[in-house]
Amino acid sequence: MCLAVPGKIIERSEFQGTVDMQGNRLDINLMLTPEAAVGEWVLVHAGHAITTIEEAEALKTWEYIKEAFGDDILDTPGSDVADGSRT
Amino acid sequence: MSRTIDELRADLTARCARIDRTIKIMEVCGTHTVSIFRSGLRSMLPENLRLISGPGCPVCVTAQRHIDAAIELATHENLILATYGDMMRVPGKLGSLEGLRAGGADIRVVNSTQTAVDLAKSNPTRPVVFLAVGFETTTPATAAAVIAAEREGVENFSVLMCHKLVVPAMLALLQAGDVPLDGFLCPGHVSVIIGAAAYKPVVEQHKKACVVAGFEATQMMQGLTHLVAQVDEGRADLENVYKAVVNDAGNTVAQELMDKVFVPADTPWRALGTIPMSGLELAPAYSRFDAVGRFGLTFGEDEDNPACRCGEVIQGKTEPADCSLFDNGCTPLTPIGPCMVSTEGTCAAWYKYHRVRPSTTGVTA
Repeated sequence: MCLAVPGKIIERSEFQGTVDMQGNRLDINLMLTPEAAVGEWVLVHAGHAITTIEEAEALKTWEYIKEAFGDDILDTPGSDVADGSRT
Repeated sequence: MSRTIDELRADLTARCARIDRTIKIMEVCGTHTVSIFRSGLRSMLPENLRLISGPGCPVCVTAQRHIDAAIELATHENLILATYGDMMRVPGKLGSLEGLRAGGADIRVVNSTQTAVDLAKSNPTRPVVFLAVGFETTTPATAAAVIAAEREGVENFSVLMCHKLVVPAMLALLQAGDVPLDGFLCPGHVSVIIGAAAYKPVVEQHKKACVVAGFEATQMMQGLTHLVAQVDEGRADLENVYKAVVNDAGNTVAQELMDKVFVPADTPWRALGTIPMSGLELAPAYSRFDAVGRFGLTFGEDEDNPACRCGEVIQGKTEPADCSLFDNGCTPLTPIGPCMVSTEGTCAAWYKYHRVRPSTTGVTA
């Protein structure tokens, strides 16, 4: 699924980092977004941040994801939207 | 101030009323297909605006021969096959990866290519193959994995390359010429990587309107309104109404990484045949990570169920309900064709949101 989901960077080293996704912590790869800093929002797909986005856009995207896929998507371990296990 | 969905709808409806024919717009991306259904947008559209779901579901366009190759690999002694979850149920000639795993094959669902590389690192005596499927949103992650495997000397890692490129597929559909289209609603997150400017050949060579849009209902309605405005005004331009996320150039770091690791190649698409330069293979410097060479894989011809019309569905030539198998043996629980497997497959979306159910009065709804 070519849908990337927003996460807020809470830690980053050179290529690795951790994002907060609605309270869930996810380790991701930041190789494709060298400019992304702690505190910024990124779109995450298949375990990789693909771009930085403004907070307002990130929050709007989460609203849409919850509306389209339901709140329970966030509570499901291995949820394909939350963790990007879809193509 | 951006327009509300009601204002956009009013504009769209007024413009469609002025156009005395059916306007055909293809949404290329499977996520748009599902989002349009989920948001209820279809029911808000004028009757002469027809949305056609294009070949943008990666699961649906993966050639059967690639599924068969993955299944063959998974039967190799000692091998671990790593895949994204939505490939598990796609039927090949000899069954699905899910069925094979139930029979004991070591198939792992991963949510990141990094996990596949880590699997190889923690199982150094076992070959680990990553089934690399998806469009440009997903492809940079595969490039990153190959780079990581090279850098860290993970020589038991390899990839089965099935990646597809969006723009060559759009051009191939137009060149075939048998699906008359007015324009394309272009994918949101693929465009993050390739950039809005990537659609220029579609506009310049074929004079088809292209509008990049996001996945939220208002964003999609805005995209459709801009497309219909172009038809109304006799224009065919490239527009981007998702500028908060997509820029013209795309993610150049990702593009450079892909250019380093991959080279364009002809690739087979399910039911579309082989489209020149619409896929990727590993560049010579990385070819040792190619599972095809490493395991001496050969590809047979695809043998799709002759009654299955997925090929026509992904080209917009037919609608799911016109297939004799739809809801008649082929359902999301028992998929026969790939468009019923993925949640973003056109048939699965129609089954869930648009299926005509017989009513209790005997009159179909």
